Amino acid sequence: MLAIYRKEVNSYLNSLIAYVVIAVFLTGTGLLMWIFPDTSVLTYGFADMSTLFTLGPYVFMFLIPAITMRSFAEERKAGTMELILTQPVTDWQLVLGKYLAAWTVVLLALLPTLIYYLSVHQLGNPVGNLDSAGIAGSYIGLILLGGVFTAIGTLASSLTENQVIAFILAVFLCFFLYTGFSSLAGLEAWDDSALVVEKFGILHHYDAMSRGLVDSRNLIYFITLTTLTLLLTQLALNSRKW
Amino acid sequence: MSLVVENLTKTYGKQIAVNQISFSAQPGEIVGFLGPNGAGKSTTMKIATGYLPPTQGSVRVSDHDVEEDSVAVRKCLGYLPEHNPLYLDMYVHEYLQLIGSLYGMRGSRLSDRAKEVVSLCGLEPEQRKKIGALSKGYRQRVGLAQALIHDPQVLILDEPTTGLDPNQLSEIRALIKEVSREKTVIFSTHIMQEVKALCDRVIIINRGNLVIDRSLDELQSGDEDMRGEGQRVEATFLQTIDENQLKEFTNATEVENKYQATYEIAAPIGQGDIRPAIFRFACEQQQVLIGLRPLEEENKRSTGASLEEIFRSLTVQKTPSP
Repeated sequence: MLAIYRKEVNSYLNSLIAYVVIAVFLTGTGLLMWIFPDTSVLTYGFADMSTLFTLGPYVFMFLIPAITMRSFAEERKAGTMELILTQPVTDWQLVLGKYLAAWTVVLLALLPTLIYYLSVHQLGNPVGNLDSAGIAGSYIGLILLGGVFTAIGTLASSLTENQVIAFILAVFLCFFLYTGFSSLAGLEAWDDSALVVEKFGILHHYDAMSRGLVDSRNLIYFITLTTLTLLLTQLALNSRKW
Repeated sequence: MSLVVENLTKTYGKQIAVNQISFSAQPGEIVGFLGPNGAGKSTTMKIATGYLPPTQGSVRVSDHDVEEDSVAVRKCLGYLPEHNPLYLDMYVHEYLQLIGSLYGMRGSRLSDRAKEVVSLCGLEPEQRKKIGALSKGYRQRVGLAQALIHDPQVLILDEPTTGLDPNQLSEIRALIKEVSREKTVIFSTHIMQEVKALCDRVIIINRGNLVIDRSLDELQSGDEDMRGEGQRVEATFLQTIDENQLKEFTNATEVENKYQATYEIAAPIGQGDIRPAIFRFACEQQQVLIGLRPLEEENKRSTGASLEEIFRSLTVQKTPSP
């Protein structure tokens, strides 16, 4: 698995994909946080980073599928799938190796945003007057959210040999899982069970974590969702044998 | 027994790709896998490598079952897939080391082995390039190097020599011969000369059925009977002569004008050597005979053509199954 992981990370770093993704992510979040007046911390007047954490998921929604769309689709198209699947690695090791590599790229994109934290920290009055615990919780939330989106992207990539289809499918699934359930919960048909419906969505759990509340239920939700998606990916790989 | 295929059947929906095939191969043996396009060669190989599951039957590689113990099978197996898929954006060494590391090789052992297969496969002049920049012949060598990196007991090569120029062809063949000493090699091909040059044993399959599984020697000796006994002589005169007269005079079964005044004469072997008769014919007709050469020995040597005949007779005559 480590060999696969190393190969995937190398291929991200040796191609432009990782750099473009990181650059776009940082430019996008940078513009939103510091330049665009509607969302800028400077015009907002409060030293907090909620902009990054509310808009970050939407940036991820487009960038993560762009990272993951090639992982299986490209191998399928190039025929290297046959090569890699006849090596002594199990399907699960292959899925996990590829998933972790893509997630690593996501984390690399997220890492420089710590500078934002330092900047906002300096802007506080007095200096350091900000909700560090809340921000830590939000970071954990964003990292886990990135994990879920990466898993969804990997799944989408394993379903097709066309990278464009993998991308679109992943964007849609990410979007639906993120806000879809919360919006569905707004339908009047649910009566009392609206909260249950909302809890299926990522947004509910992500919001809870953004408030600095790292609850085991939310953690379990993210981990379960990721694992489930990866198992589905393994199933999709295994479908060649049906 | 390093490779045993038993009653292997594979169906795609209603279509039967491989039908009840059984054969086995031992170490030190090169088995040529022949068949027309779509006969089920690649499917059989894909099943043997664990990429596809069999519908029925089993494949055992070095006493590991392909289905039950898939990873163990893959560990003792080197596989070169049909279209030789490679990571084109990787460097030759990088790629070989990746594959090696998938087999659990590490550190200096891995890089030494990578160097070894690079020189074994004649990749040295191109070893610093990206695979995408290599020509087809060299890519094929990378594919072969990849299959050899972990020193497998069984080597499965799906059309290893397609797209190579004649020099590369003979080099790759020599390489296969070289590595086959202590390994089991199974390779598929369309080229009959290759079978003749390399194989100890020939397996021909057609429409998923195994039609022949015999050693090359047996196949070739059996083949001479099929052709019937006869003698062929090439005679060259100074000037053109009347073919029919020659045919009548010498009791030949066939006289063919090959070019200018050169004729190929065929006769049954029973009446003895036909060459004196040709000479006497020349004397009688006042013709000058300037060349007389038996073709028999050449025929014996070039059994390639006749192997093709066997191939054709075994794979074409079969009527399509309903």
